[in-house]
Amino acid sequence: MTDDLTLLTIKDASRLLRLGSISAADLVTAHVQRIERLDPKVKAYLRFTPELWEKQADEADRKIRQGEAPPLCGIPLAVKDVLCVRGVETTAGSQILKGFKPPYTATAVARLFEAGAVMLGVTNCDEFAMGSSTENSSYFPTRNPWDLDRVPGGSSGGSAAAVAAGMAMIALGTDTGGSIRQPAALCGVVGMKPTYGRVSRYGLIAFASSLDQIGPFARSVDDAAITLSLMSGLDPLDATSSDRAGMEVLNNFGAGVKGMRLGVPREYYDVKGIEPGVKAAIDAALFILRQAGAEIVDVSLPHTDYGLAAYYIIAPAECSSNLARFDGVRYGMSEVDAANITEQYLETRRKGFGAEVRRRVMLGTYALSSGYYDAYYLKAQKVRTLIKRDFDEAFKKCDAIVSATSPTVAFPIGSKTQDPLSMYLCDVLTLGGNLAGLPGISVPCGTSDGLPVGLQVVGPQWGENVVLRVARAYEEASEVQAQVADVV
Amino acid sequence: MSSRSWEVVIGMEVHVQPRTRSKMFCGCAIGELGDAPNTHVCEVCLGLPGVLPVPNKAAVEACLKTALALGCEIPRHTKFDRKNYMYPDLPKGYQISQYDLPMSINGRLDVGGRRVRIRRVHLEEDTGKLIHAGDKLHKAWESYVDLNRAGVPLMEIVSEPDLRSADEARDYAVELRTLLRTIGASEAEMEKGQMRAEPNISIRREGTQELGVKTELKNINSFRALHRAILYEVERQKEVLESGGAIVQETRGWSEAEQRTFSQRSKEFAEDYRYFPEPDIPPLELDRVWIEDLRRALPELPGTRRGRLVAEHGLPQSDIAVIGADRELADLFEGAVAAGAPAKQVANWIVGEVAPTGKVPSPQNLAELVNLVKDGSITREQGREVLMESVESGRTPAEIVAEHGHRQVSDEGELRIIAAAVIDANPKAVADYRNGKKQVINVLIRDVTSRMPQANRQVAGEVLAKLLD
Repeated sequence: MTDDLTLLTIKDASRLLRLGSISAADLVTAHVQRIERLDPKVKAYLRFTPELWEKQADEADRKIRQGEAPPLCGIPLAVKDVLCVRGVETTAGSQILKGFKPPYTATAVARLFEAGAVMLGVTNCDEFAMGSSTENSSYFPTRNPWDLDRVPGGSSGGSAAAVAAGMAMIALGTDTGGSIRQPAALCGVVGMKPTYGRVSRYGLIAFASSLDQIGPFARSVDDAAITLSLMSGLDPLDATSSDRAGMEVLNNFGAGVKGMRLGVPREYYDVKGIEPGVKAAIDAALFILRQAGAEIVDVSLPHTDYGLAAYYIIAPAECSSNLARFDGVRYGMSEVDAANITEQYLETRRKGFGAEVRRRVMLGTYALSSGYYDAYYLKAQKVRTLIKRDFDEAFKKCDAIVSATSPTVAFPIGSKTQDPLSMYLCDVLTLGGNLAGLPGISVPCGTSDGLPVGLQVVGPQWGENVVLRVARAYEEASEVQAQVADVV
Repeated sequence: MSSRSWEVVIGMEVHVQPRTRSKMFCGCAIGELGDAPNTHVCEVCLGLPGVLPVPNKAAVEACLKTALALGCEIPRHTKFDRKNYMYPDLPKGYQISQYDLPMSINGRLDVGGRRVRIRRVHLEEDTGKLIHAGDKLHKAWESYVDLNRAGVPLMEIVSEPDLRSADEARDYAVELRTLLRTIGASEAEMEKGQMRAEPNISIRREGTQELGVKTELKNINSFRALHRAILYEVERQKEVLESGGAIVQETRGWSEAEQRTFSQRSKEFAEDYRYFPEPDIPPLELDRVWIEDLRRALPELPGTRRGRLVAEHGLPQSDIAVIGADRELADLFEGAVAAGAPAKQVANWIVGEVAPTGKVPSPQNLAELVNLVKDGSITREQGREVLMESVESGRTPAEIVAEHGHRQVSDEGELRIIAAAVIDANPKAVADYRNGKKQVINVLIRDVTSRMPQANRQVAGEVLAKLLD
């Protein structure tokens, strides 16, 4: 089999599988061969799951023969290292979880398995999903398939790079402040963060529980949409999951943008530090959307400036509590030579966590401490309410909000690691969607200096179908479909 | 020494395990004391990465019933919070509890003549248990963790500092247990760890208003220990203050072995729990219709029932204290009276025989038994045996009496033969009697009934007196 099988979309691959032109095993083999050729350069994967892919591909081929193929039958999938898969080492990119093999599978992953997906492996990410470049992985940095000297974005950089390089047809990521959309933009693929509560978080190793959502990466809006619809819906194991039907994300999403009002927030359009090339690509995208029949309107999200500050209080506060369980007693790394239990905790956590994780645990612990709670955590929650209101007001004037996903294209490896604040600014256009719990997508919209630029579409709560409709209409009108990177 | 006396001020924090089949946030069964360690655990209560808590509706219901029975207000919105601290018995590094929006507030419980205000009743999860090889954590050479208890639901019932003595504090705890059992919210067995009472104690000069510095007592495993621990702690505080010292705000443990309290940890270095809203559980909006349904379904509460038992049957306080403290006994009392037995005699049998043995007959059988004794068909002694046998076999007292020929003997001729033998066998008692110690006749009556259990004690006494005089 040739590499061509790694360039397919779900729809085309499914047709070939059902026709019997190819088998699920062929599809896996093609991907594995491409991975063997390219991943030593890209380093998107942390580990591979041959037992799973063999078993799942066999199962897929059996179902196809029996005419019972489910919607993702035989489709190669990559899974971010924060999503638990039973029996597969899952480490959240951290040393502290080295060797941890969960006895359960995350609901979102289990649903894609049910739908027939074939898991190829576990993808790299920033440690505990904290970062915007995948350089905070405790294993190694992942490289951008379009330019190996640059970052793929993060924290779901491994998943984005795998899909961009044709090393998986679809991938799962998680998005707490932009960790799906920003790497999707930097790698030139489609990445979607659903409404908070759309997808069960059960089995997702939590970073910030009130912000985390699982979502798909794909090379087309259709593929992202079908994948999302299959992993959505109520889960009795997650009290924050919604009982809304997963399939509603597909409602009317092929209807085009004619007559829709698309809001451009001036705070996003003129965001500090936006590169001219990115702005030019967005201007071109707005032109195309207008040509396709959308009305472009000005809107305002006046509290945008405070969003970043509020995010960097709320997310670390929750993470400081979520990461308390990593004490080296029950699983993962353990510093057994310690003199007593307190020393064991301290040594395990000192050695097991990287610098960025320790920084955020300390920030969060401080923000929740007695005497500081009101000034930091409580104030940040108030800002969060104001940001939600900003979006509510904006959605009175428009159906969806469009902007750049990231103010910059992929940056050189190492260029921001010494300056955490500059790294935090990568999320300035995306984290508002997390604070407000809204659905957002990044779709490729051309390039700047040969590097991909992403167009972000954010919709109202539960408005995934609106977001997908705009993204699909843009994809169709622009004829800019995600490309498979020629890794050189 | 002081001229004015001290006033004792006590507030109670009581943790109660609601009656549920599964834990607070996962499907694990609630084990029994003594189950093998770590056999009732799953990824959720073990705190593995990526798992999420889902609240147990039965625990919420038990908490709401308790709150309603205590006359609490149920706010429209309630939520769970995280209490953060690291300890080996706490797998997640935080306990899910309720901080500023508890499930209920502002209730009351009447104990004796006093109205005790209830500040709040909220839900939380229990921690695991540490087992140390060696006596105490810091001296142990090895420690083991058992997480069977981790995630077991607990209701925390917090009173205002309205109690004024060890007696009142114990009575409060007993009354709370009665209430919880009556409404079916909990078994509330202190010995089984289903109920834990932690008194907060301070003393102040009689007549002053300002509260003294308090200490909190832990490790109390019975009502008796509660009473003794408070008595001890009050005396300790008096001694400290009267010798010019100051009370340190701290948690003190009760040592059952040494019968004293000892310092566990000082609140001066109190841990900062960094409470914040639990993001994994959405705030609860309690359905008002559900709450009203629960309120309507509450049984008659112990205080109300006690008032009614006094009013309807004229029972004395000593009987009420026993019968009114247990729904099963009160049901038995009212059932037996309804079946036609006289109230006071039924009460005597329940207080004297049923309550101490814990062997509870059906109301019909108790009524029948009381009437058999009352009309002289059997003796009280025989009645005891018949009662036991009836409870064990389930047969009616009348059947048992017929089978054993237990009919009471009141015939003077028959009794005279036995009485004569008894007089012969007890020369010393006979001499004492004749020398004026008339109460010795009871010894002789006992000897008659030991030889002939069905003897009518009253008639036997009369026959003995005739023979002796």
